[in-house]
Amino acid sequence: MTFSLLAALPQVGEMTVATGAARWVWLAVAFPLVGFLVNGALALKRPEAKTAVSVVGTGVLLAAFAVAATVFVQLRGHPPDAPIIVSLWSWIVSTGMDIQFAFQVDQLSVVMLLVVTGVGSLIHIFSVGYMRADAGYARYFAYLNLFVAFMLVLVLGSNLPVLFIGWEGVGLCSYLLISFWYGDKANADAGKKAFLVNRIGDLGVLIAMFLLWWQVRSLEFVTIAARVPGTLPVDGGIIIAITLFLFLGCVGKSAQIPLYTWLPDAMAGPTPVSALIHAATMVTAGVYLVARNSVLFAMAPTTSMVVAGIGALTALFAASIGLRQYDIKKVLAYSTVSQLGYMFLAVGTGAYVAGVFHLVTHAFFKALLFLGSGSVIHAMHHAYHATHSHEDAQDMRNMGGLRKYMPWTFGLMLIATLAIAGVAPLSGFFSKDEILAAAFGRGETHKIWLLFWGMGLAAALMTAYYMMRLMAMTFLGDNRTGAKEREHLHEAPWIMTGPLVVLGLLSLIGGVINLPAFFPAGPHHVLDGWLEPVVAAASRLMPVAMPHGATEWALIGGAVTIAAVGLVLGWKLTLANPIPTAHDAPEDTGFARVLFRKYYVDEIYDALIVRPLVAFSRVVLWKGVDQGLIDGVGANGSAGLARALGWIGSRLQTGQLGFYVVVFLIGAVWLLRTVAQ
Amino acid sequence: MTAFLASIGYNGWILHVLLALPLIGVVPLVLAPAERAKRIALAVTLVEFILSVGLWWSVETISGTLQLTSSTPWIAAWGISYAVGIDGISLMMVLLTTLLMPLCVLGSWNYIGQKERGYYAMLLTLITGVIGVFVATDLFLFYVFWEVMLIPMYFIIGIWGGKNRLYAAIKFFIFTMAGSLLMLVAILALAWSVAAKTGTLSFDYTHLLANAGAAKALAPWLFGAFALAFAIKVPIFPFHTWLPDAHVEAPTAGSVLLAAVLLKMGTYGFLRFAVPFFPSVAASPFVTNLMLVLAVVGIVYGALVAMVQPDIKKLVAYSSVSHLGFVMLGIWAATVQSVQGAIMVMIGHGLSTGALFFLVGMLYERRHTREISAYGGIAKVVPVFSLLFGIVALSSIGLPGLNGFVGEFLVLLGSFGVHPVSTGIATTGVIFAAAYLLWAMQRILFNKLDKRENEALTDLSGRELAVMLPLILGIVWLGLYPKPVLLKIQPAAFKYVESVRGGPAALDLVQRPQEPGR
Repeated sequence: MTFSLLAALPQVGEMTVATGAARWVWLAVAFPLVGFLVNGALALKRPEAKTAVSVVGTGVLLAAFAVAATVFVQLRGHPPDAPIIVSLWSWIVSTGMDIQFAFQVDQLSVVMLLVVTGVGSLIHIFSVGYMRADAGYARYFAYLNLFVAFMLVLVLGSNLPVLFIGWEGVGLCSYLLISFWYGDKANADAGKKAFLVNRIGDLGVLIAMFLLWWQVRSLEFVTIAARVPGTLPVDGGIIIAITLFLFLGCVGKSAQIPLYTWLPDAMAGPTPVSALIHAATMVTAGVYLVARNSVLFAMAPTTSMVVAGIGALTALFAASIGLRQYDIKKVLAYSTVSQLGYMFLAVGTGAYVAGVFHLVTHAFFKALLFLGSGSVIHAMHHAYHATHSHEDAQDMRNMGGLRKYMPWTFGLMLIATLAIAGVAPLSGFFSKDEILAAAFGRGETHKIWLLFWGMGLAAALMTAYYMMRLMAMTFLGDNRTGAKEREHLHEAPWIMTGPLVVLGLLSLIGGVINLPAFFPAGPHHVLDGWLEPVVAAASRLMPVAMPHGATEWALIGGAVTIAAVGLVLGWKLTLANPIPTAHDAPEDTGFARVLFRKYYVDEIYDALIVRPLVAFSRVVLWKGVDQGLIDGVGANGSAGLARALGWIGSRLQTGQLGFYVVVFLIGAVWLLRTVAQ
Repeated sequence: MTAFLASIGYNGWILHVLLALPLIGVVPLVLAPAERAKRIALAVTLVEFILSVGLWWSVETISGTLQLTSSTPWIAAWGISYAVGIDGISLMMVLLTTLLMPLCVLGSWNYIGQKERGYYAMLLTLITGVIGVFVATDLFLFYVFWEVMLIPMYFIIGIWGGKNRLYAAIKFFIFTMAGSLLMLVAILALAWSVAAKTGTLSFDYTHLLANAGAAKALAPWLFGAFALAFAIKVPIFPFHTWLPDAHVEAPTAGSVLLAAVLLKMGTYGFLRFAVPFFPSVAASPFVTNLMLVLAVVGIVYGALVAMVQPDIKKLVAYSSVSHLGFVMLGIWAATVQSVQGAIMVMIGHGLSTGALFFLVGMLYERRHTREISAYGGIAKVVPVFSLLFGIVALSSIGLPGLNGFVGEFLVLLGSFGVHPVSTGIATTGVIFAAAYLLWAMQRILFNKLDKRENEALTDLSGRELAVMLPLILGIVWLGLYPKPVLLKIQPAAFKYVESVRGGPAALDLVQRPQEPGR
């Protein structure tokens, strides 16, 4: 009987039955979702109930973090050999298809779970202080809670379609939060741009799903990983296509060349949003996706090379733009694009753990940098607000000397700066070093990786430079805010500085989760060991040859020297000449101007794609084809023809019913006979 | 539930009652005072909906055959009978219709200010026509209902429509008539050909389906006639230009029904008649490729033209062209997933586009303009409206977790394996859909609240919320738990695929490749 086919196919690929806390992992999603509903209702009905919003908004995050921690403890105690699958309900069914709404708990998803809920909690707490005065406070927390719920669906989904719910959901929340102050057209534009550019990437994820379905008849991660190696040839056209389309999604979500342009614009949203969504979590989803499907990418060395190449290029290109930005958040935005490039360089090289490692440390120090910049903007805004000045509160040329007024923020941001610059032994040093070493190691067999390594090194120099420039312009030298305004500058309240302290600590010692063997103190390679079950299959296909001995020490020495040079240059060159305020500054000229205008990429896209498409749709398709051709010539033309015929026909009008019936019948019979013959 | 339904003989009378009740309801409606008209209409449509719900349990989901069938000779001499029946596909279409009808009455509550009795009488008549189209199993009867549905719609647009209503109504009528007259000829010719072979003149669906091979050389012509009638109704590019005009001029309920239900008659016609009758023609490379190209063109073209519309209703109208393109793609790719997806899009589009037209209508009742540029920043003054508009727009964009995604995903996934290039191009529709809807959302809800007239807009009333709530619930439910609906339509989809691919061929397509030798 044909309908036996309706039964779902048996699962292939190993998995573990859920026990203990893991069974309750869905609570981590449910808590923020409830928070969204409550805060959403409050936003519509009682927006003034800000205390309730704060309690619910941060409470659900802490609860989700507690769930994450419990699951982590369980996994640490009893590390499962295969992912734990928690099936909630059967979602999309068809012949031979039963897509479960299911979560996958394994070593990788737990790392993401901890980062998202942990860093997320800190940022929620910070937001209580930062957004308190905003009229849309309840709406803000509703969106932020919803974001976390979707982000957790993304990292927990056990198959591509469920991941895709989270994938698009975080994009939606990003859109809503970028356009949060939608009364300003620029913000609404930025939100829309983020969603649309991401959709281009989503197209890639969709097509990758279709290809996978028709090749292996499953969209479950464990089943894909089990079936693909035996089904598709290594580096064959199909596996390359699948991975390239997946990577297109990553390029959109994680803001890589050529789809990175939405992320700098996304800074239009509130600053904690930039910290949470556009630095620590959502934008790293692309890196997660590659790590999650590491077997597929390892089976497609060609794609992996593209991934590494795009990553290295993005790291370098975005860092160069960061050199000449004046808006403090824009510097950090391009820095994020650049650091994401490093992560892709890592996973493209086959160093999946290094990629995840950098994802985690970056979440610490970049969240800290963004929140710190939030404190700065908060202070600047208050100062300008108090004096009714309309200067730009985000332009670093209007800052300077803030160290005196905000010592905590300065100290903590300095830690993050040293961490991102790669100064030993801060967290960023270890993760970045591991990426560069892996790239160099692969360069011994594949020469092009030496180029990628060189690009990564050059980007590291720029990173140290632009970060120190940011610190110097903001905190050092003389204050340029204005004589009256200066009196209103002050440190942020503790509810904002508190989370910064925690992040500062993590940025400082975060490297401990994966110390290299050469480091005198242990434990070594914790994350390597932890993620081993997830990436083992891929690592076998695409082994990474880490340099050892003298080469290793030379690489470390080089990297540290470069960081030091960049930091010193950034400090000295920035403060060498007096900095004019944004108001008085002359326009940049020459290449500086090209950098300031971000290589004019936005303008080029607009002129080459957006405008022509809209004009084509309006002039050619709508006015031309629709109204001109089809309606004008076709419909109304035949109406004219009918009128002409009608005039002839009217001559036949006798007014006698019988005559008409006869004519009709003759006609009908004739028609049928002709057709019938 | 099934036992209860059996105890009241539900299966025996339900289809006839659903067809008769609206017409019977017209009588008290016309006799009562004008101000009572809408209450009577609401009562009738509510009863109709409640009665129809039982169908969910009556239609079994294993065989995919027509059920609850009954047949009574009507014009015996010509082999015409009053014959009805229902399967998974028509079940969903009937439920969609009966669900939307009370909402349409509620949505017209204040909008229709003149000739109320006539208006609601037309709405009720329309129900009979629409349900008749979906349950008729006699082709002549089907044709009668097809025409019955046309006339009330013509009047609804022509009398209660906007400024340019006459042009729109006549255009709607002529476009549809042009197709349906050819279809009548085709129905007659098919019945005669079959009669010539079997010796019985009959318009019975099953009889014709079993013997449609008798049409032989005529088949391409007959298929063409059916296909044209349905293509205009869908509408497929380039027969779509009646749609924007009709939508813009129609009153809210007219637009809702047009988009949610009437367009589905076209795709339903392909699934039920045109393709199963003439599978060899439909499956021929020329026809398949032509239809695929038109479907893909519809998806992309509809979306691009929607993007540049200054009028909200036109924008939604062109978005329908794009969405129905997905349905056509799924139908012509003819895999179980793609057909199931196509039917899901038919349902999902009914909910979300219906909801979108309701919302646009609510805006129009307040400001009396459909120009997008007349709005801006209104999220500040009408937050509930904006929230609902956002949810509905996102469902239309195909955000996973809402209903639009499930259908589109299945269509594209199912089509990709057989027509990767067309499907690849069609998939770009998801980008353009986001483009036109987000742009419209921005210009209506976001940006600066800079027009005086918008500052005093009132948020949705209780009645308006009552209209929207069932639709929103449906949108979320079908997005998160579409399984019951998918299971209901799966056998019918399976049968359709078998009929196109000729039995075993269908199975090759749905069987998975060999397990890797490990």
